[in-house]
Amino acid sequence: MRRFLLIAPPYAWLLLLFLTPFAIVVKISLSDIALAIPPYVPKFSWDEGIWAYLNQLDFENFIFLTQDNLYWKAYLSSFKIAAISTALTLLVGYPIAYGMTRVPSEWRPTLMMLVILPFWTSFLIRVYAWMGILSNEGYLNQLLLWTGIIDTPLTILNTNTAVYIGIVYTYLPFMILPIYSALERLDDSLIEAAEDLGCSRLTAFWLVTIPLSKTGIIAGCFLVFIPALGEFVIPSLLGGSNSLMIGKVLWEEFFSNRDWPVASAVAVILLLLLVIPIVLFQRNQQNQQEADQ
Amino acid sequence: MNKTSWFNVVSLTLGFAFLYIPMIILIIFSFNESKLVTVWAGFSTKWYGELMQNEAFLNAAWVTIRVAVFSSTLATVLGTMAAYVMVRGGRFRGRTLFSGMIYAPLVMPEVITGLSLLLLFIGIGLDRGVLTIVLAHTTFSMCYVSVVVSSRLVTFDRSLEEAALDLGCSPAQAFRLVTLPIIAPAVISGWLLAFTLSLDDLVIASFTTGPSATTLPIKIFSAVRLGVSPEINALSTIMIAIVTFGVITTSLVTKHQMVRQKREEQEAVRS
Repeated sequence: MRRFLLIAPPYAWLLLLFLTPFAIVVKISLSDIALAIPPYVPKFSWDEGIWAYLNQLDFENFIFLTQDNLYWKAYLSSFKIAAISTALTLLVGYPIAYGMTRVPSEWRPTLMMLVILPFWTSFLIRVYAWMGILSNEGYLNQLLLWTGIIDTPLTILNTNTAVYIGIVYTYLPFMILPIYSALERLDDSLIEAAEDLGCSRLTAFWLVTIPLSKTGIIAGCFLVFIPALGEFVIPSLLGGSNSLMIGKVLWEEFFSNRDWPVASAVAVILLLLLVIPIVLFQRNQQNQQEADQ
Repeated sequence: MNKTSWFNVVSLTLGFAFLYIPMIILIIFSFNESKLVTVWAGFSTKWYGELMQNEAFLNAAWVTIRVAVFSSTLATVLGTMAAYVMVRGGRFRGRTLFSGMIYAPLVMPEVITGLSLLLLFIGIGLDRGVLTIVLAHTTFSMCYVSVVVSSRLVTFDRSLEEAALDLGCSPAQAFRLVTLPIIAPAVISGWLLAFTLSLDDLVIASFTTGPSATTLPIKIFSAVRLGVSPEINALSTIMIAIVTFGVITTSLVTKHQMVRQKREEQEAVRS
């Protein structure tokens, strides 16, 4: 009885406010848009029964998504932007994580705090900070013009480049921390052994350090890729009208076009696309836990 | 052996410069006299003054703080219960679904969480405002709290609880006198995490709010869409200062506590 009292509140809360909403999204994604409040026609009524409802389902919102090029392009370009920025974050994050394990150990907590601090700072503010840097008359262009590297200002804000920079910047801590914790557990004598056995430092790094930090790399990549795929704030502040990302499309479909059934269908497909990386991520975490034990 | 090679020094310097220069620029230009944010025109604190007189921002800040306090407190209670059930609850029917629902919100895109909660609130006819944002924030932040607390529960020695039960404590007393003091640091950091997540959230709040409640991120977002402004720089500087102060204080406090705990343990061993 006591146990039931402990389980019931969080369980009921999540059932009501996490699972039920998804059922509603799926249901509305199968409805028709209408000029009403709320702006859709439910195709289900209890009088006709569940079979009548299932019989007349037409998935027309999903068919619409496959026919309109915009959605295809948005899914593909979200995927591309998320993948490229994950790779860039890895390239930037790995040397930092590696460097952190190579400083005297009394420095490490401070460096660790410096990595975590931006994570506690508002996401919106960190993205906003780049607007002033990347704009045509921004600080980066001022610096480049002043040093004479370029003659005319570069257009970076409102392009995909700005979106990449934004994602790398805001998600960098998520990449650094798992790689750092994997590298910190790495036994230095393994690298010394490899060097003694005739490996150059670079080969030893490539053949020993990288494979042994693999779980950290994989965890970091998923922690960047999964949220980047559905990102809304970065493409809408730093990207231009042609940097298509699905999170932005969903937002506009809902708030500007007020097409709830299509917005719900977009959400359902995004969720289905995310299932694969999420399952792979969880498998990686489980493998790591088993390896630890 | 000198392990800090020039390569590591360079990558660390560049890496931390990349992380911090944007925010430092933001802070410097919040003290700029000129309305043109990209041109320096002398030191001034006038944007802070204007911010303090901006009713809309102050109201939004008040709404945001209220939402964050309520939702993080509720999330801490529910999340701690969930963590306790997950780690100590043993097997019960629907456990797989439960743990799935705990982990799923952590990786869910905010647009989907926001959209689905809004459709629920409309479906049950709940007026949108402070209450609906609190409900939405509690839902996703309780999962973060539960992850933080359960990682602490996993590592601590169960025999301490059992000893308390053997010595005549009721389960509730054992939880209050033994378990809670031990997991307290995790519960507090869970609360802080939930609080910051709620303060920062733009997307879910935008979906679940109504005309009566505008939170600070919503206000900032609509202002920022029009471009960079010195007032927003000032506001960002204040927020960065608060966060920096909070993070440094908590890390010093936990360090102090750890040192004290270690000393007490050593004394207990000696006596």
